[in-house]
Amino acid sequence: MIENRPLATWFSHAILILGVAVVAFPIWITFVGASHDAIRMTQVPLPLLPGDQFFINLKAAFVDGVGNAKEQSVGIMMFNSLIMAMMIAVGKIIISLLSAFAIVYFRFPLRMVFFWMIFVTLMLPVEVRILPTFEVVANLGMLNNYWGLTVPLIASATATFMFRQVFLTVPDELLEAARIDGAGPMRFFKDILLPVSRTNIAALFVILFIYGWNQYLWPLLITTDKSMYTIVMGIKQMLEAAEEAPEWHLIMMTTLLAMIPPVLVVIGMQKLFIKGLTETEK
Amino acid sequence: MARVLIENITKSYGETEVLHGINTDIQEGEFIVIVGPSGCGKSTLLRMIAGLEEISSGTISIDDRVVNNLEPKDRDIAMVFQNYALYPHMTVFKNMAYGLQLRKFSRKDIKKRVDQAAKLLQLEELLDRKPRQLSGGQRQRVAMGRCIVREPKVFLFDEPLSNLDAKLRVQMRLELRKLHRRLKVTSIYVTHDQVEAMTLGDRLVVINAGYAEQIGTPLDLYEKPATLFVAGFLGSPAMNFIKAQISADGKQARLSDSVQIPLHTGSADCGGKEVTLGIRPEHFSLTEQGHSTLPLTVDHAEFHGADTIIYGRLPGNDELLTARLPHIHHISQDKVLHLTAAPEHIHLFDPASGKRI
Repeated sequence: MIENRPLATWFSHAILILGVAVVAFPIWITFVGASHDAIRMTQVPLPLLPGDQFFINLKAAFVDGVGNAKEQSVGIMMFNSLIMAMMIAVGKIIISLLSAFAIVYFRFPLRMVFFWMIFVTLMLPVEVRILPTFEVVANLGMLNNYWGLTVPLIASATATFMFRQVFLTVPDELLEAARIDGAGPMRFFKDILLPVSRTNIAALFVILFIYGWNQYLWPLLITTDKSMYTIVMGIKQMLEAAEEAPEWHLIMMTTLLAMIPPVLVVIGMQKLFIKGLTETEK
Repeated sequence: MARVLIENITKSYGETEVLHGINTDIQEGEFIVIVGPSGCGKSTLLRMIAGLEEISSGTISIDDRVVNNLEPKDRDIAMVFQNYALYPHMTVFKNMAYGLQLRKFSRKDIKKRVDQAAKLLQLEELLDRKPRQLSGGQRQRVAMGRCIVREPKVFLFDEPLSNLDAKLRVQMRLELRKLHRRLKVTSIYVTHDQVEAMTLGDRLVVINAGYAEQIGTPLDLYEKPATLFVAGFLGSPAMNFIKAQISADGKQARLSDSVQIPLHTGSADCGGKEVTLGIRPEHFSLTEQGHSTLPLTVDHAEFHGADTIIYGRLPGNDELLTARLPHIHHISQDKVLHLTAAPEHIHLFDPASGKRI
């Protein structure tokens, strides 16, 4: 607003602060919980101010492990999650780029049939096909390794569809100019199409990384070996402490740690991400 | 430099034929302009020469080599697109160098050729910029540079000036002309702008609805248009068309009961026929009232400075005629002007076929 009205400014700030408080409160509680010892966390009321155990808890969780998943440190679980999220995001992007490239730039028989076949898989969430997928992965001997964790999640209709739309906005003249300049199809893909869709790729990477990082059901099914546990399913395992009370202070610490990589990815790629969602000029 | 031979080219999309047998022989170093209204198939023809559209039938040869089935990159052509089609993520230098890189030129040769072209086009200062940091005219020059560095046999231009503003267009037109004079590369230029066509082309190919109406030098086309379409398309303001009947001896054209004008003696064999007369606005001149003058009732006038365009009607005819007269500054509506046109400047067309008589 251009005019200067103190009351309106005050009021809009109040609303903003309220909104931030509502969103940030659970995260604050998580942080506070991660900085107390086990005994304080079992007493009511729960603390609202941070304690002095933060770095002790950090070491306990990150290096030694928590609860049921004791044999596995949070560090290893985060590493597994990182590999999984990266493989899913990068794999999805590569596969979708190539399939969208084929659909948009090549005239082959049944082209639109293939496109719609990819498109209808949008209607089926992973959970619906989880049993047959498990069967296939088990038969291929991919249980308990990174391939089993990621390959079934890599095929992506959403990303294919998005790249198709991106490629459709690339002017035909660019392709024609490249053809006259002497570029073959893969040259054009590498030299022109990829750089031109760079921001869209970055935007998609952010979304897909978080999607991969947050996978819960699939890793739960596919990993029985504790060395392959991912952080998100690890947190759930920690809560299922059979006889003893859950170690809330360490669980909160783990949760905090689990938030860090996605946050870093978002912050690191924010500029490209926003450009990718808003930029139209090609 | 190359000779481009276009023989009996047709193009069909499914059942619809959009180009019907075009024939042109383009000489080495010639600047040929393909001109016509939008949708007439002129761009399609150019894209067929470039290899971007398939040829339905007929042959195109460059230097006696039939190129019908060659990929664009193997035809040794370069093309300037209407929206320039610069690679947005590459600098000006890389845009120009890309085609050379793909052709495995050495780094030294690439640098030499790009620098040379940049100097020719005054782009030296801009080599490190991205296309989006350039103005329209500069982008246009980069697109030209991308063609020049390749030293192709043929330049193809697809309405390259239509995205520029009027002043820049005139300036670039001049530069194109100068460039062609220096490089002497066979050029094929597509435009819908008849002024561009007349000023740039050594020869013009006028295309209408998929047919080549006439091929010739700008002067030929202006002085002896072969069809009504060519006559009306070239020249601004457009030629006037008036229905008339030729007298039995072929020496007079009767426009109405009261108006008759003398014709060139060469038109004797069409005595008695109904014809369409074509007279260019600039070929009218003012005269005293007489037997063979055209009494034009002024409807309105546009003052252009050096001359004035007068719109008016002849008696018994509701269509507006245009006359371009010098040295008239004030003229009131409904005033009657007496006009005359020299017989050699009166064109006769068959109203049914549109052909010149």
